[in-house]
Amino acid sequence: MLIKKAPDIRSSEITPKDIYLRRREFIQGSAAALVGAGLAGWPGDAEAQIPRTKLPDVKKSPLSTTETPSEYEYVTSYNNFYEFASGAGDGPKANSKSFKNRPWTLAIEGLVAKPATYQLDDFLKPYALEERVYRMRCVEAWSFVIPWVGIPLAEVIKKVEPTSKAKYVEFQTLHDVARFPAQRTNSLDWPYIEGLRLDEAMHPLTLLAVGIYGEVLPAQNGAPIRLVVPWKYGFKGVKSIVKMRFVETQPRNTWQIMSPREYGFYANVNPMVDHPRWSQARERRLPSFVPNRRTEMFNGYADQVQSLYAGMDLRRNF
Amino acid sequence: MPGWTSAATSDRPQTVTARPARRVVKTITLVKAALWVAALTPAALLVRGFFRNDLTANPGDYLTDQTGTWMLACLMASLSVTPIRRLTGWNEIIKVRRLLGLFAFFYGVQHLLTWIVFVHYFDVGFMAEDLAKRPYITIGMAAWLILFVLTLTSNRMAVRKLGRRWQTLHRWVYVAGVAGVLHFWLLVRADTSEPLRWAAGLSVLLGLRVWWAWRKRQPLRS
Repeated sequence: MLIKKAPDIRSSEITPKDIYLRRREFIQGSAAALVGAGLAGWPGDAEAQIPRTKLPDVKKSPLSTTETPSEYEYVTSYNNFYEFASGAGDGPKANSKSFKNRPWTLAIEGLVAKPATYQLDDFLKPYALEERVYRMRCVEAWSFVIPWVGIPLAEVIKKVEPTSKAKYVEFQTLHDVARFPAQRTNSLDWPYIEGLRLDEAMHPLTLLAVGIYGEVLPAQNGAPIRLVVPWKYGFKGVKSIVKMRFVETQPRNTWQIMSPREYGFYANVNPMVDHPRWSQARERRLPSFVPNRRTEMFNGYADQVQSLYAGMDLRRNF
Repeated sequence: MPGWTSAATSDRPQTVTARPARRVVKTITLVKAALWVAALTPAALLVRGFFRNDLTANPGDYLTDQTGTWMLACLMASLSVTPIRRLTGWNEIIKVRRLLGLFAFFYGVQHLLTWIVFVHYFDVGFMAEDLAKRPYITIGMAAWLILFVLTLTSNRMAVRKLGRRWQTLHRWVYVAGVAGVLHFWLLVRADTSEPLRWAAGLSVLLGLRVWWAWRKRQPLRS
């Protein structure tokens, strides 16, 4: 006859005394978490970390278009921001609720007389904020009119004194999965990199934006500081910048790395040069079901910028 | 007229317990009803979104994506019928195959309309250019045309008239499935995870058929 001996309780199965004594706290905690989860509902319902805050002392700019700005609701809920979610839509807004825009450091490096790393607020202090209402044309053939608030990039560049060898500026987005959940995926090659020729960066239209509609920049629009180059496709407007590096050779930008046949370094808005997969001749000024505008050369900024590209073959340098 | 009503019983109050021998609703009917609801729900939600102005700032793009996705979903569902039948031995499920195929074409019609209206706004020149220059459009249109022909020949009369050729013709649905997934794959800009999932699903569904066909050819061993 086989007599089974009751197995000993392994020591690993015994709850430590201090936890045992706190068991009620644990149960209450779990219950609270469950109720909390129920009340909070979907993640999209959570309050954004960046509250809507008016920016002080913003002056108007003569460089603004007189076109009526698009609706705030649309501009802040239809975004391409792969660090939060793939594809255009409200994914970036929904996934950016816990994004924190401070503390934020910005490094200026490379071929400059005064390289430095700043806390963002210190970096911005010397400059006056301007409102610039610009057309924004996405490479996906849709567009908005957006009232940006920011500082001309040229002023920053003058202050840091690029050396004579500096020909390009390379910009880098923050790489931090805690703030950018979709950086856990490999949808793009992180961190996001963009670049401008120095004369493009110095152009009076080129802006470092910190706000829209007179308010602090929402996470999904590139908080806390982003580039705006209104005559180029939207993807050149690198968001959530942490680094600007002055370099001698042309930087590779993220979308060009992803698909060099489809995305070039210049990415100037050009109705004559199609994306391989769609025509760039027309666009949808959103909100709209259908194409409702002919796309303009350099997004309507030809008078101001075409001299930058004199003699260049824009079909090859797309 | 439903089977449980008749001149004799319809004048009397009916109770299920009165005639327990005649089971009234067949399982396949329930499955069909459920599929009708499931397949029409996405379309209903899009219509609701339209009236609520709730289809994003770029509703044309959104509708194009959605109708394409549901077309593919219905097509995959119709391709799952035979594997489900063979794996479960439930032969009657074959009766939902045509329904699912027709729903694929239903979303296909909407998908084509979004291209004509929302992408090109009836501009024939742009549409012709799209078809000629862009492989993903050409491939997508080929898939659409296949489904169009299969829809036209999906009725009983066509089955009777075509005889054996009917099955050969309807095997083109495999080509349509591959073309549909390829069309999706070629159009994403980055992040191929979604078309990759469709491709994986399709590979299983077609792979099973290849496997079965191969086994059938093997000589029987005792």
